[in-house]
Amino acid sequence: MKNFSKKEYQRIVSQHEKSPWVKNLIWAFTVGGLICVLGQFILTTAKDMGLSKEDAGCVTSMTLIFLSGLFTGLGLFDRLAKRAGAGTIVPITGFANAIVSPAMEFKNEGFILGVGAKMFVIAGPVIVYGISSSIICGLIYYLLKGGAPL
Amino acid sequence: MRKRIGNRTLYFPSRPSVNGFYSVVGEKESQGPLKDWFDLSIGEGHFGEDSWEKAESKLIESASLGAIEQAGLKNEQIQCFFGGDLMNQCISTNYALRTLQIPFLGLYGACSTMAESLLMGSVCVDGGFCDHALCATSSHFCSAERQFRFPLEYGGQRPPTAQWTVTGSGACVLSLQGDGPYITYATPGKVVDAGITDLNNMGAAMAPAACDTLLAFFEDTGTSPSNYDMILTGDLGNVGKKLLHGLLRDNGIEAIDNLEDCGCLIFDDEAQDTHAGGSGCGCSASVLNSYIFKKMRNKELKKILFLATGALMSPTSSLQGETIPAIAHLLQIEAERSQPQ
Repeated sequence: MKNFSKKEYQRIVSQHEKSPWVKNLIWAFTVGGLICVLGQFILTTAKDMGLSKEDAGCVTSMTLIFLSGLFTGLGLFDRLAKRAGAGTIVPITGFANAIVSPAMEFKNEGFILGVGAKMFVIAGPVIVYGISSSIICGLIYYLLKGGAPL
Repeated sequence: MRKRIGNRTLYFPSRPSVNGFYSVVGEKESQGPLKDWFDLSIGEGHFGEDSWEKAESKLIESASLGAIEQAGLKNEQIQCFFGGDLMNQCISTNYALRTLQIPFLGLYGACSTMAESLLMGSVCVDGGFCDHALCATSSHFCSAERQFRFPLEYGGQRPPTAQWTVTGSGACVLSLQGDGPYITYATPGKVVDAGITDLNNMGAAMAPAACDTLLAFFEDTGTSPSNYDMILTGDLGNVGKKLLHGLLRDNGIEAIDNLEDCGCLIFDDEAQDTHAGGSGCGCSASVLNSYIFKKMRNKELKKILFLATGALMSPTSSLQGETIPAIAHLLQIEAERSQPQ
């Protein structure tokens, strides 16, 4: 191939890589918003039933995680997420899906090295860097407070 | 007799004949535009097995047995099996060969494997090393997803350039004598790396490889696109096909109206939500061993170029930031038993 420039080619390729971002944004906003409305509904209901603010928060997270896991197992979550994108990934539902889906997928490799080891293959980095950054934030907060005894 | 034409092309004067061919596909493929051309649909992807890998192995086994039967032969008459697949260590093919019991040479050319196996099979038959060779490959959407991408139920979004791995297998028996279609020329591909890193844009990574092989073939044989009823690429998809048109234009080959792509033919992208088209070894294998060979048998297509393309990266190389190398092997296939030139 005589006439070929990698740079020029990559420029042409990038013109073909346009995602329908307006449509994606509308889907993500709507579905993400509805998940949050559902969360708020559970939270308010739990509080109305006499739970403390903290307990009601736990009940909300647990319910959403359960529902996300259930819908992943039923094969419905990915169908919604395909359109909703960040709308389903960013809330706690996305995290639950990221754990349940590899657990289902790698069942054939056994419960120890399959389900057990692969369960965190997608969510693992979130946990690692989530905990790491919270330690750093905690340290900064501690030092800003003047390093007083804990 | 010298069987090398020009710099890169191989000529097969004995014209190895495709005497039997068979295609097996999954549910989605059997609902696509080519649904009436495939020999067998497995329905839901498990094919009666308890893992996707075993299902894929059964795909290639079924396609191979179908091709052998159609050629009117028995397993023991096949003297060499050329094949491979996308799985690590080519397990789908290796495990299928446990029961087939045919001398086996495993190949890995990613999605170019159908052309690579036909090329090797033709060399073997034309060289007089065997009377009957079997060429086959397969891919399975579910086994490929879990090896190369994400778990099936993971809620990710696929970009518009992403292609859908075909669940399917195609196999054919090449023999020294027969009624065709005949393999007459082949050009093995070179590894071409255009610097693409996006795993969701394989068409872009493979189009330059297809262009390179095609140009080499035209130069070696002195032919041009108008000499053929169809120039059929493997799985460039919609994006790669457009890019190939552009690359050919840059190299002096204007407006080819007979360029087709198996990845574009196998799915209705709008209705089946397959984005940029089909991909995987099984894509070109199932289309060639059904639609194309059947059209050649009834002489609707008389002379074609089949050019399967493969992206040769692995999940490891991609994680390490490597670009995607690609390859394309070409075959000239003719329906008529005309005299060698």
